[in-house]
Amino acid sequence: MTTSVRTPPAESRSARAPLRSAARRGRRRSLTLTVLTGIVLVYSLIPLVWLLINSTKTQAGLLDSFGLWFDGDFALFSNIADTFTYDDGIYLRWLGNTLLYVLVGAGGATFLAVLGGYGLAKFDFPGKRAVFAVVIGAVAVPGTALAVPTFLMFSRMGLTNTPWAVIIPSLVTPFGLYLMWTFAMEAIPDELIEAARVDGASEFGTFFRICLPLLAPGIVTVLLFSMVATWNNYFLPLIMLKNPDWYPLTVGLNAWNEQAQTAGGEPVFNLIITGSLLTILPLLAAFLLLQRYWQSGLAAGSVKQ
Amino acid sequence: MAVARVATGRGVARRRSLVGWGFIGPFLTVFALVFLAPIGYAIYLSLFRNRLIGGNSFVGLDNYTQALQDSEFWSALGRVTLFLAVQVPIMLFLALLVALAIDSGRLYGKGFFRVAIFLPYAVPAVVATLMWGFMYGTRFGLIGNVNEALGVTLPDPLSPDLVLASIGNIVTWEFVGYNMLIFYSALRVVPVSLYEAAEIDGASQVRIIRAIKLPAIRGALVIATIFSVIGSFQLFNEPAILQDLAPNAITTYFTPNLYAYSLSFSGQQYNYSAAVAIVMAVVTMVIAYVVQLRGMRRES
Repeated sequence: MTTSVRTPPAESRSARAPLRSAARRGRRRSLTLTVLTGIVLVYSLIPLVWLLINSTKTQAGLLDSFGLWFDGDFALFSNIADTFTYDDGIYLRWLGNTLLYVLVGAGGATFLAVLGGYGLAKFDFPGKRAVFAVVIGAVAVPGTALAVPTFLMFSRMGLTNTPWAVIIPSLVTPFGLYLMWTFAMEAIPDELIEAARVDGASEFGTFFRICLPLLAPGIVTVLLFSMVATWNNYFLPLIMLKNPDWYPLTVGLNAWNEQAQTAGGEPVFNLIITGSLLTILPLLAAFLLLQRYWQSGLAAGSVKQ
Repeated sequence: MAVARVATGRGVARRRSLVGWGFIGPFLTVFALVFLAPIGYAIYLSLFRNRLIGGNSFVGLDNYTQALQDSEFWSALGRVTLFLAVQVPIMLFLALLVALAIDSGRLYGKGFFRVAIFLPYAVPAVVATLMWGFMYGTRFGLIGNVNEALGVTLPDPLSPDLVLASIGNIVTWEFVGYNMLIFYSALRVVPVSLYEAAEIDGASQVRIIRAIKLPAIRGALVIATIFSVIGSFQLFNEPAILQDLAPNAITTYFTPNLYAYSLSFSGQQYNYSAAVAIVMAVVTMVIAYVVQLRGMRRES
């Protein structure tokens, strides 16, 4: 921090120290600034509001009513019912697939990132620097550039068109590894591991029983972000899967849209819109409910940047 | 930044042992399968060519020379470069402004702002693109509504001239909140006493931002820029999905990734597609590396 700012005398600082964060929060509010930032807020929320409003409209209502206001009849529940039952309930099948990919893919990715991040933060081992160089370098490789070769490789291994083709590539998150590594460095004192070792605990026992609870905010953060990545994954399942029975929601929704845009295809825009709303709700809910965890996890991750 | 810190070697007891491998091993195994092996395989593929007569044969760097002379590839690269030059600065600047506003503590309901502006990040690119695509559209979109209500004809966001800007808007919408959160998290780490001291010394807010806040979050700025550069060069989902809504505006070689995808899956030209993908990976890494170097140099 090379600034010309002087630190005030220690006495005046220590007297007000307990009030420091309170003083910061209680600083005078500015209506102008709130309104200006409100523009970005409106921009962020308008499409979501549009989606919510339009999921209450019938196919006909979509075409004749104003986009940002409700139509005469409220068709949200019939839309939801139609979304779930259309084409023999394929939407539910896609939802199940997405849950499978998220559970195994994001869960596995988090587990591997936590284990690896802890290993990098708390152990010195031969080849550690090489591991870093390779993993950090890999972050810069465009994931989509790998997609075609991965597809060809997996198709030789007979994995394409199976859930594995989507799950296995989801298991690696270099960003998650980086986040866990910085987090573990801060959250676990070396002395704690030392003490456990003196008490005769095994390395893995120490990790699972003592360190894992301390890593919780970081784990929630990595889990949430890998969940988003897996839930929102489009490119990978698009190329790996041919059979609609294995599609996740994202690819399925786009298939409905393709069908609706094709001349002669059944226009199911109301189902696409309601299906989109149902697709994003679980993630929005997860982010809102787990705010406290992921925000502290991210903050800790950025300490060292 | 990351690599440098390993050198300080803050391992437990600073003893070198193989236990660490037990922890990082599982990650590395999968990593090798889904990152290293495909890269190796892509390089291998790019050196061959499949001909109708003669089958698969080694052609050395022919695919690469072909890519470098391919006007469709260059037009795709030019398009994402333009996208990068315009969209990324707008998005990051907006994200920085919001982060500074929230961090200033002068907003009413700052917690709401933070979460609400971040929310679009949780929306899948498919849903984001479909939503915006419908809103752009004339059939039941907002543009159609406005045209009808005011009796005007607004330019069509899905026309060939405007579609890149429309995609830029979608991407900005998706990632402004995410970048804002990265900046905000970094800002929170700056000791409050620094601001207070500066205020007592009579420094203006602008001066505090320029002299204290921006230097303090330079690392986060560099990281966000690198991620955005990579994201721009990888651009695929948004144009690919918009293609159904705007088939005339988005060509099969709209972005390099879309081009590689079309070559593989419509054209069955796997070898040439692999070469295109590798050229793009190299370009991306070089630019990400330059951004990192510049960011780090200014830091020291």
